[in-house]
Amino acid sequence: MTAFLVVLVIILFGITVLQLGKIFNMSKSAEELGESSEIANLKDNNVNGWLMLGLAIFTYVLMILCFWKWGDVLLPKSASEHGVETDNLMLISMSLIFIVGFFTLWLLSYFAFKYRGAEDTKALFFADNDKLEFIWTIIPVIVLAALIIYGLFTWTDIMNVDADEDPMVVELYAYQFDWRARYSGSDNTLGEANVRLIEGANQLGVDTSDPNAQDDIVVNELHLPVGKQVLFKMRSQDVLHSAYMPHFRAQMNCVPGMITQFSFTPTVTTDEMRMDDVIVAKVKKINELRSEKSKELALKGEEALEPYEFDYMLLCNKICGTNHYNMQMKIIVESQEDYDAWLATQPNIATSLKK
Amino acid sequence: MSAHANDHAVDHHDDHGHHHKQSFITKYIFSTDHKMISKQYLLTGLFMGIIGIAMSILFRMQLAWPEEPFQIFELLLGKWAEGGVMDPSVYLALVTIHGTIMVFFVLTAGLSGTFSNLLIPLQIGARDMASGFLNMVSYWLFFLSSFFMIMSLFVEAGPASAGWTVYPPLSALPQAIPGSGAGMTLWLVSMAIFIASSLLGSLNYVVTVLNLRTKGMSMTRLPLTIWAFFVTAVIGIVSFPVLLSAALMLLMDRSFGTSFFLSDIYIAGEVLHNQGGSPVLYEHLFWFLGHPEVYIVILPAMGMVSEIMATNARKPIFGYRAMVMSILAIAFLSTIVWGHHMFISGMNPFLGSVFTFTTLLIAIPSAVKSFNWITTLWKGNLQMNTAMLFSIGFVSTFITGGLTGIILGDSALDINVHDTYFVVAHFHLVMGISALYGLFAGVYHWFPKMFEGRMLNKNLGYVHFWITIVGAYGVFFPMHFVGMAGLPRRYYTNTAFPYFDDLADINVVMTIFAIITAAAQLVFLYNFIHSMYYGKVGPKNPWKATTLEWTADVKHIHGNWSGPIPEVHRWAYDYSKLNKDETGYVIEGQDYIPQHVPLQDNEEEMHH
Repeated sequence: MTAFLVVLVIILFGITVLQLGKIFNMSKSAEELGESSEIANLKDNNVNGWLMLGLAIFTYVLMILCFWKWGDVLLPKSASEHGVETDNLMLISMSLIFIVGFFTLWLLSYFAFKYRGAEDTKALFFADNDKLEFIWTIIPVIVLAALIIYGLFTWTDIMNVDADEDPMVVELYAYQFDWRARYSGSDNTLGEANVRLIEGANQLGVDTSDPNAQDDIVVNELHLPVGKQVLFKMRSQDVLHSAYMPHFRAQMNCVPGMITQFSFTPTVTTDEMRMDDVIVAKVKKINELRSEKSKELALKGEEALEPYEFDYMLLCNKICGTNHYNMQMKIIVESQEDYDAWLATQPNIATSLKK
Repeated sequence: MSAHANDHAVDHHDDHGHHHKQSFITKYIFSTDHKMISKQYLLTGLFMGIIGIAMSILFRMQLAWPEEPFQIFELLLGKWAEGGVMDPSVYLALVTIHGTIMVFFVLTAGLSGTFSNLLIPLQIGARDMASGFLNMVSYWLFFLSSFFMIMSLFVEAGPASAGWTVYPPLSALPQAIPGSGAGMTLWLVSMAIFIASSLLGSLNYVVTVLNLRTKGMSMTRLPLTIWAFFVTAVIGIVSFPVLLSAALMLLMDRSFGTSFFLSDIYIAGEVLHNQGGSPVLYEHLFWFLGHPEVYIVILPAMGMVSEIMATNARKPIFGYRAMVMSILAIAFLSTIVWGHHMFISGMNPFLGSVFTFTTLLIAIPSAVKSFNWITTLWKGNLQMNTAMLFSIGFVSTFITGGLTGIILGDSALDINVHDTYFVVAHFHLVMGISALYGLFAGVYHWFPKMFEGRMLNKNLGYVHFWITIVGAYGVFFPMHFVGMAGLPRRYYTNTAFPYFDDLADINVVMTIFAIITAAAQLVFLYNFIHSMYYGKVGPKNPWKATTLEWTADVKHIHGNWSGPIPEVHRWAYDYSKLNKDETGYVIEGQDYIPQHVPLQDNEEEMHH
């Protein structure tokens, strides 16, 4: 696969070099004719005009190739409620971009080709046209107004947490280079916490004298019940981090000294997502790549890679230090019963810190 | 230089005829001549550019072949790549310094510094900048700041590595990352000096454009290059001081125990005393410069592209007034959109809504400009000089890169692509590659003005352009897919996530294109150095342009014109203008009318 692409690139590069060689020869012959100038002559105009037409085609081909080759690396369907809206807005914006891009790049390249300098042509003295300029001011205004309004409604929906919905409160705690989650327990209220209280097993600096803190549960794997709105309260212990959950279209920075928040409702369980066609294909491809890699490793006498199974993940998406690239936590979305059963096995602060 | 440029022209031009003798030092080193300073800026910028691009190749190799040993890593990175395997901390250092160098040293100083200095006096008809001395100081401060930035690469714990935005607390605490020690201090010192340099330069440009225009050169007759440089300088004056304040506060947080940006931090086993500061404040201050900065980078390129396109299309730029208005609109809007870098920083979501609104508004003047450029090509007589190719390339990448801005500027969509490779692809195309194309276009076009009539080799120029545009698209187009797959930027490797294993081949393809593109820049370097000494000498006005710089003496003299300064009688875009009867050009056999040519009898006067 990689080899194929490398070969493809080399071939394309080779073609470019050949074409360039042609340009060289053409201009050389012009020089022999005694025309030794660094200013473009008719031949240069002609060759480069044609190449400009090629530029448009190149961008289109590149676009199609990318989609054909790598369309499958894109994120699967959204696993959260608001994500469906986000994806919809994304699709509309993307379609718009493709249409506008296709059209304007074509005009640019086609005009560059069509009006390439030739003998005895005269350029048109065309300095102004209020009507034209009005048209291409007003069209972007209307289109963007629509996009802005749609975008703002979506944004407000996502960011404004409705307290009546009674979301489940969970703290996401970031530090160099790992995550912890703190469930607020049966009272659905997180106990007070401050970095100044960090000591020994009390890794999150929870105020153990706060009655709200007693039933809090600290874990290193995030479990979420499907269909229940979660309100994440985010804290950071040291530097800026960003809690990025791409499958849920969710992200928020974790800022030392303040509590940030983000809320969403997971709609697809981990098991359901593993059955999703896109994910099945993706996992299959990844495992093929991994087994190939394992063979190479085996030859070198190294350990083989483990086969991959899909899981939702939480990544750090704000540069936070040397191990930024490996700051992750597994997220499991499951049924309410499974979630309850799992949570019941986790010790709360009152018991874990007393030990 | 006298503020009364016109009197000067009439009364004292004899002074300039006798060129006073200069020593090597006053001519080439501590020169106060804008043409020499411009070349100093360009050469320093190119030197920094070589370092910046080389760094990008190193980390691209790491991304394509993660943790694979390369001899070249050990050769260049020494102790940070023992056995040829790149260390994660040096990877972050490389991306940080690459960003800093490319944005500030190459695209701000190298682009705006070079061409503002070269073209402002020459195109407005002035004998030099308003203050030649300040201009010299500005360059030497830039040199000093470059020196410190380079020096920071050699400190023991490594250079700054908190990303080019150097967000605290990461950048404030040496415990957080090794690069936040002496390397970061040098980074801040270098940037503080850079800001001083930029301010001196900008003030000089503004004063020169306002006061030293030759007779007849009204603001509405200025070439678009000058409009762009002028407005760029104004944005720089407005926004750079804010970065200075952020840098000073960060310096104090680092060295004097203040808490502007720090609060509630537990690191390396202890609680820090800092309380009450906010990293979000730093983000506001940084992006209050940071966003205008991208327009400081792109506006000069836009101005030059407009100029070069009109000249080579042999047509007036379409919609001169709209072009000026859109420069002004972009400049104004650029100062009220900084929050779109911070949608998910933890600031109030309502602010996010406001910034989405202002941000998407910028698309309007940008669209107007793009359509006007395309219309300028329409029914032209395009002369495919290398500068013209780069100008067309500029519009191409400006469109492809700019369109994705509609996604990133929309707060709801930004949530999921923020800080992924989608952003990297977007800004590299729209401001990185586009501005570089602007820089190259400028160099190819005005090289004869810089090096006394010598021209760059056009065939090498064509090779340079075509490989670069194919290669740059090859790098950055697939990068959008990596971003949409959800891969965060600034990851040393993505092998820690098996989920991203299927991105490996895209990374390889991007890196190969990057290496090819970087290699093509060697063609340019060879062409540049060779042509400086052996380039063919072309005619005085090789591109048949209307602007005043081509009426100045080819040989560099102090004062630019050995005779009186030309008077201006028309705007800068009388290309292919027909006479009243429409039987032929106004000047028989010449499809352009230079700005200093008075209104002809057979010509209709127009008000643009």
